[in-house]
Amino acid sequence: MNHIALKMLMGDKGKYIGIVMGLTFASLIMTQQPAIFLGIMSRTYSFIADVGLPDIWVMDPKVQFVDDIKPLQDTELYRVRGISGVEWAMPMYKGLLKARLFDGRFQTCNVVGLDDATLIGGPPVMLEGKLDDLRRSDGVIVDIDGARDKLGKPSPIPGGKPIPLKIGDSLELNDRRAIVVGIAKVTRTFQSQPVVYTTYSRAKSYAPRERKLLSFILVKAKKGQDLAGLTRRIHETTGLAAYTQEEFKTLTFKYFIRNTGIPINFGTSVLLGFIVGAAIAGQTFYNFTLGNLLQFGVLKAMGTSNWTLLRMILLQAVLVGSIGYGLGVGLTALFGFAMRHTILAFKFPWQLLLFSGAGVSLICVFAAIISILKVIRLEPAIVFKG
Amino acid sequence: MNLAVRCQNVVKVYDTGGQKVTALNGINLDIVAGELMMLVGPSGCGKTTLISVIAGILDQDDGSCEVFGENLLNMRSRDKLNFRAHNIGFVFQAFNLLPSLNAAENVSVPLIINGMKRVDAERKAITVLEHVGLGERWTSLPSQLSGGQQQRVAIARALVHSPRLIVCDEPTSALDHETGRNVMTLLKDVALHKDRTLVIVTHDARIFDFADRIAEMDDGHIIKVKGERRK
Repeated sequence: MNHIALKMLMGDKGKYIGIVMGLTFASLIMTQQPAIFLGIMSRTYSFIADVGLPDIWVMDPKVQFVDDIKPLQDTELYRVRGISGVEWAMPMYKGLLKARLFDGRFQTCNVVGLDDATLIGGPPVMLEGKLDDLRRSDGVIVDIDGARDKLGKPSPIPGGKPIPLKIGDSLELNDRRAIVVGIAKVTRTFQSQPVVYTTYSRAKSYAPRERKLLSFILVKAKKGQDLAGLTRRIHETTGLAAYTQEEFKTLTFKYFIRNTGIPINFGTSVLLGFIVGAAIAGQTFYNFTLGNLLQFGVLKAMGTSNWTLLRMILLQAVLVGSIGYGLGVGLTALFGFAMRHTILAFKFPWQLLLFSGAGVSLICVFAAIISILKVIRLEPAIVFKG
Repeated sequence: MNLAVRCQNVVKVYDTGGQKVTALNGINLDIVAGELMMLVGPSGCGKTTLISVIAGILDQDDGSCEVFGENLLNMRSRDKLNFRAHNIGFVFQAFNLLPSLNAAENVSVPLIINGMKRVDAERKAITVLEHVGLGERWTSLPSQLSGGQQQRVAIARALVHSPRLIVCDEPTSALDHETGRNVMTLLKDVALHKDRTLVIVTHDARIFDFADRIAEMDDGHIIKVKGERRK
């Protein structure tokens, strides 16, 4: 009877394509919107992920997220270095500074100061130049997106694209000269400001004069150390907050979830998409079953059991569900691929595949159940009603 | 005399939104195995309800209806399904072929319902299609066949599993006169034999001469049975 079920499903090409398209749309909207949402939210902690190497981030206890800088005294670095279980601890400056550009415009940049000796915390991928070039006089490394866009030189053609900043170009940070010695690839941040890497001591000279300028202390634990134990020891000894990389990401993520309207706005959009997709796909499948009710009635009159009819409908639902899901997810992946070099945020983890898979399954099961109920209640005498 | 169907005081009442409509009002009818019985009468007289009860696809509210000695009302639903699958063939006014299946696939459906493998069922279906003169058209979809050809496919479907009773609802009313008579000739020649009974509901007076007996119905009663019972 499976063969008959499949022929019934695919026999009417128009209806079959309609159901598959409905489920494709539902699956697309259930993956594409959340993927953009996750992409945006992952930008909130992208800087932490990019730094990568340290196990623990130490900061002022009042820091709420990665861009909420509450500077520490430099002496805190030495206290952290003295705690047992710490392999090394390095300073990091992070702050928003205004850069004066080639044409006199100002652009706020995210300036990151790395430990002068080790340059730990540098950009994850160097596209041009080397990280060591930061040791050259006035050297800075600029991220590629910033270099191409916000820090770029104005185009000679009105309305044209800016000319990208390149190695050897200069800009001014707080009236001090900075020479571009490298171009790096970094993950876009939430605010999408250009990122400028330099050494810790030079960053301090760029920053407005303040008593405390140390933003974070990056800590590597000794091999085999229990990170939870070490963060607790750092906190107990120094009174500072210490988070593992994952904890700091979560802290930042939760801050944005709690304090911005993004989750509600996107959540509403995703929920609406789910409901619209479910309604379209469910109704199309239900209408398909209704359209075939007489055929099911004929099969029932000829002796087909409800159980067999149920299996036939489930098979049809599983088939259209799988095809629709595959196409929807494929289109989402294609969308992400096409947008990979644009400003659009997009993150497509395997958990999202499970989420949308569960969503499409739910739609299909729901549509199949209401269709099955209709068929089970069907009086086979319908066949004589013409 | 071997009885195929025995209806005794069969009553069926429909509840149509609070209003009770008596479709069958104490029907008594015996149909002998091997005969062609026609049920005739005006619209709404209960013909279709009666063949639905006889075919086991509708339960009566009162009375008994035995088909080959089995009281269908007392059967468990699974047994009734099996009984229908093995013993009853259906021919409908609107043919009711599955539009996405070709002729052979349509004819093979009752065999597949009875558990036969698809390949064997389709092979047998082609043989039966040859009997009804459509051996060459077994790959055709219903939409590619004329009305008469579709009804012949439907007859082949009703015959393929060798049922003992075939119920036909207005088998000729969607066909022109000549095609209708051809279909009736086919039904009588191919479908009817001493172990198989045909019950046909019809309005079509042009085919009354094919019947062994005609039961005239009106207002839920059988008012007259014309013709001689086969011995």
